[in-house]
Amino acid sequence: MLDLWNTYGVWTAWTLLYIVLIIVGVLLSVAYLTYAERKVLGGMQRRQGPITVGPFGLLQPIADGLKLFSKETVIPSQANRVVFLLAPVILFALSLMAWAVIPFDRDWVLANINVGVLYLFAVSSMGVYGVIMAGWASNSRYAFLGGLRSASQMVSYEVSMGLIIVCVLLCTGSLNLQDIVLAERPVWMQALLFPMLIVFLISILAETNRAPFDLPEGESEITGGFMVEYSAMAFALFFLGEYANMILMSAMTTVLFLGGWLPPFGMDFLAFVPGIVWFALKTAAILFFFIWARATLPRFRYDQLMRLGWKVFLPFTLIWVVLTAGVLLTFDALPG
Amino acid sequence: MIIEALAFYALAGILTLSALLVITVRNPVHSVLFLILGFFNAAGLFVLLGAEFIAMILVIVYVGAVAVLFLFVVMMLDVSFADLRKGAMQYVPIGLVIGAILLSELILVYSVWGFAPETLDNRAAPVEKFEGLTNTEALGNVLYTDYIFPFQLAGLILFVAMIGAIVLTHRSRPGVRKQSVADQQARKASDVLEIRKVQTGSGA
Amino acid sequence: MAPQDLLIEYLPILIFMIIALGISGAMVLGSILVARQKPDPEKNSAYECGFDAFGDARNKFDVRFYLVTLLFIIFDLEIAFLFPWAISLKGIGVFGFWSMVVFLGVLTVGFIYEWKKGALEWE
Repeated sequence: MLDLWNTYGVWTAWTLLYIVLIIVGVLLSVAYLTYAERKVLGGMQRRQGPITVGPFGLLQPIADGLKLFSKETVIPSQANRVVFLLAPVILFALSLMAWAVIPFDRDWVLANINVGVLYLFAVSSMGVYGVIMAGWASNSRYAFLGGLRSASQMVSYEVSMGLIIVCVLLCTGSLNLQDIVLAERPVWMQALLFPMLIVFLISILAETNRAPFDLPEGESEITGGFMVEYSAMAFALFFLGEYANMILMSAMTTVLFLGGWLPPFGMDFLAFVPGIVWFALKTAAILFFFIWARATLPRFRYDQLMRLGWKVFLPFTLIWVVLTAGVLLTFDALPG
Repeated sequence: MIIEALAFYALAGILTLSALLVITVRNPVHSVLFLILGFFNAAGLFVLLGAEFIAMILVIVYVGAVAVLFLFVVMMLDVSFADLRKGAMQYVPIGLVIGAILLSELILVYSVWGFAPETLDNRAAPVEKFEGLTNTEALGNVLYTDYIFPFQLAGLILFVAMIGAIVLTHRSRPGVRKQSVADQQARKASDVLEIRKVQTGSGA
Repeated sequence: MAPQDLLIEYLPILIFMIIALGISGAMVLGSILVARQKPDPEKNSAYECGFDAFGDARNKFDVRFYLVTLLFIIFDLEIAFLFPWAISLKGIGVFGFWSMVVFLGVLTVGFIYEWKKGALEWE
């Protein structure tokens, strides 16, 4: 019995503890990301943001959560009940699942799989289902149109995201996320990847349906898009899922481009700071970019959105893949 | 390992069950959703075999792309599946006959099928020096050089699919207004604006 | 890596998946159970700015949306081919590079075709 405990029990206990830590961490980050967003947006518009609930309004996200939890879940009579309720559950579960492979610090990773990048790509490509299912199951015109738009948009920007990931892989020579972080990157390689970082940042805005690409929601036009019929916790899960996806995409950018848990700009004397702090700081910087973009930019038109994805990003990233490969091959700088 | 066996039976069981449900549930959208569940479990089975790259690609391509198209088609194309099913029973005899013929042909083919002697060796050791490589690398090392012709053929098939998709679905509609970015950028104020000096009092 | 070690890495993902689905399902169900449910026909009708909905909302839509997904499948497959190539480019060298360039070249011809045909235009 003790033997069995030693072989499997300890491992299981650690794994469960780690999973709970990740989920609690993500949920807390999501809660305080909404708070940070309202504060930053407030600051950018010369308002105060939430101040009433708790000191500096710090308890606001918790109050919001409790409120949404205690509301009535309205299920439209025309809707397909099972799919209607399944859609937010899937969307939120997917945005949690992806965290299993993110390395927070050296060897601080739940599942150190060989194909980590592909796993992330696969999970984010499944996010589209929550949206289509919600749009269809609601059986409402606004929801339907919102779901349709959202699905096409996510799909369009996934192509350029995939090509950008290929560029990074060329420079790192591994699909394992830890290896990607630890891969050696001289300055000229960083310079080669820099345009891809910019395109990637814009693509993740579109992929998470954030401003200025938030047409699927487009409250002035289709009144909230695929979420229009949702209420209470089902709505809250969409909301949480969107923010969890934002954090996930920022973490992905951190891992792919910004050196994950390593100190920034190769400043090794700063290595005494725990890696997870650097990881969190870099992720937060990108999240700030998300909010900043929302406060600054007006919404795109749908034809402009599609043109940017298919006619600008796709050819550009495709050329860049070939260029990167050519440069690395010519200078014999390929890793591995 | 017992967990491995358990995982296999769970995945295989759900896969078979969802495959059955794909063809039996009434609502076509539900059947596509079960199809997706099936793909997902198949990916799990690939992981159990150690083929992690194939598993992820299965999820990315089939779940992430192909099934989205299926879902689009059955959700939004106004096909009344109940009407399609109505007359289906009258085709049962002919369907059974065709099925029986196919089955007997398969049995015939299988019973006289022989493999070349070296096939078994090839299957046992498909790629040399596999040890120590992840299967993505092992795949990459042979796919683009040793198997260049099938690879280029795949490219051509994708090309044909692309052309076919456009030929079949693209209709250029006359009379829609489009934004021409180049024209907008090339337009100068001097082309369209003229500033005239108007004498005070002479405007009326 | 031996298959056993590989599977050990995937087991947490399976557990994580089950827990994540469980938690999000429990959140929705918990809310339904805890909160007071008082449905009435008006509340449950589809939102249409105060009108009653005309018929089914799931109608035919622009074929362009299908075209986008079709093209997406093709490019997704192209990316699927690029992943192993990016990893093992060092091993396969110049020949592998040009092999991929030809592959991409063929697809670029298709891409130019769709561009010229106006398949990427939205209005």
